[in-house]
Amino acid sequence: MAKESTFSGMLITLLLITLLSSVALGYVYELTREPIAVAKMAKKNMAIKKVTPAFANNPVDDVFSVPSDGDSLYLYPAKDSSGAVIGYAIETFSNIAFSGSIKLLVGFLPEGNIKEIAVLEHKETPGLGDKMMKSKSDFSYQFEGKNPASFVLKVKKDGGDVDAITAATISSRAFCDAVQRAYNVLPKGGTQ
Amino acid sequence: MNYLKDLTKGFLKDNPTWGLFLGLCPTLGTTGSALNGLGMGLATTFVLVLSNVFISLFARVIPDKVRIPAYIVIIAAFVTVVDLLMSAYTNTPGPNGEPSLYDSLGIFIPLIVVNCIVLGRAEAFANRNTVFASLIDGVAIGIGFAFSLTLLGSVRELLGSGSIFGMKFIDGDGILVFVMAPGAFLALGYLIMIMVKLRKRLSKA
Amino acid sequence: MEYIIIIISAVFVNNIVFAQFLGMCPLMGVSNKTDTSVGMAGAVTFVMVLATIATYLFQKYILDPLDISFLQTVIYILIIAALVQIVEIILKKVSPSLYQALGIFLPLITTNCAILGVAILTFNKGFNLAEGVVYAFANAIGFGLALILFAGIREQLELQDVPKGMRGLPIAFIIAGIMAMAFMGFANII
Repeated sequence: MAKESTFSGMLITLLLITLLSSVALGYVYELTREPIAVAKMAKKNMAIKKVTPAFANNPVDDVFSVPSDGDSLYLYPAKDSSGAVIGYAIETFSNIAFSGSIKLLVGFLPEGNIKEIAVLEHKETPGLGDKMMKSKSDFSYQFEGKNPASFVLKVKKDGGDVDAITAATISSRAFCDAVQRAYNVLPKGGTQ
Repeated sequence: MNYLKDLTKGFLKDNPTWGLFLGLCPTLGTTGSALNGLGMGLATTFVLVLSNVFISLFARVIPDKVRIPAYIVIIAAFVTVVDLLMSAYTNTPGPNGEPSLYDSLGIFIPLIVVNCIVLGRAEAFANRNTVFASLIDGVAIGIGFAFSLTLLGSVRELLGSGSIFGMKFIDGDGILVFVMAPGAFLALGYLIMIMVKLRKRLSKA
Repeated sequence: MEYIIIIISAVFVNNIVFAQFLGMCPLMGVSNKTDTSVGMAGAVTFVMVLATIATYLFQKYILDPLDISFLQTVIYILIIAALVQIVEIILKKVSPSLYQALGIFLPLITTNCAILGVAILTFNKGFNLAEGVVYAFANAIGFGLALILFAGIREQLELQDVPKGMRGLPIAFIIAGIMAMAFMGFANII
């Protein structure tokens, strides 16, 4: 059914198809470049909005990073309409979780009080470690309103103030580790 | 016309999962929930229909010896289109912070290019039939695949999370193994057994 | 050492077949006999490592500088298709018997989702070249392990009395499910 194969025929066909596909793809890429960026930005903003007080700036534009243990933490300042900082959303991580690393977004008020914590990424066991997510259990609620200066970010078993997830101590420890890491780089006093 | 039979062949007789036994990787990897299964099925259908049409269109001018690489490039192009479209329009996280459809399907979106269903249909059907017949074939097989993915996803979600399409029936977790790796294999094994039995019984009737 | 973690993770904890669901088609197709499985595992290892190196280099020196990363899928699969073609030619000359034994499954390595999957995962995880090679090699070992274990069990199963409805794919998947459960036990190692 198909044409018989001559070397030049094969080469030209393959080149033509690849060329045409690349051009067509380039066109679709240009078309979707905006929407893709918008979606990514919206995802970030949605997460930041949940964990910080209502802000008037665009935290993603004002992001800056701080190195930590070979990786970086990202700080998103939330500012009111006068430009004063009213909170930070800090993208933090921990590598000591049960199944690898976890990423959290911790919302702080300038004095260091935790407003809310969202889980960005995790690979923890469903039914155990995944209870760190708001949708699965109330574990992360105990952090809200607490200030790590007085609320020791360790599980009770390790002498701290945190009620670990039942049968998921390792995941709980990693959660505390990530929050502590974020608190350590939080600019205290609310200024950059 | 015979189009009704052609359009529904994907549900039982030529269903990729329990008739043709193709496309098993995404079947296991994207069926943790009904919505993910449906999303993957529709994305694959998109690629399947377009690649069937284009390959049927150009089959005559592609030299025989390079037809497989040529088909692969065409398929890869449409897969990239789906990837770009999904990362733009299905990239919104859920209200409780659940990952977006794009993030849930993850690596399986680009892997559509090596989904044996797409290349298989191109080689077995599209390159020797008319454009319109290839279109119908793509739609039929695609919908059949979407059906089996959604079915498996629903079963796994119901058993594993006690919900369907995100609407929960019970408080807390279900039989969690079903949303994890072993559950995928087990559920698929039983599903194939049941559907093959059903197919055999219906073809005798 | 970082590399040890990559290896243990890829072979046991996140086994490419039993945890990531990649490489199912050859698993179901070739695992009836242990000796073909060994040959297939070898071929896959070779292609997987080479493909990861080739796609890494292409990504680093052509796709990234020219900002055409959206062509990743197209380019990666073309590289893999070309590599498999080359392996076929070499194998035909060097070991015709293995070439015969593998038959149709050799060109099918191109559509083995494990190969493309590992190439993309190496990029996603941000490995450098050395880490990528170790990662690819470890995943190939994991694949080979899964394949050979599976084949061994299936060979034993031939002698058993499997219920008629379960024969073939269904029982194979049940076995895979139980093996996946066993592999989950490795989760605590790292």
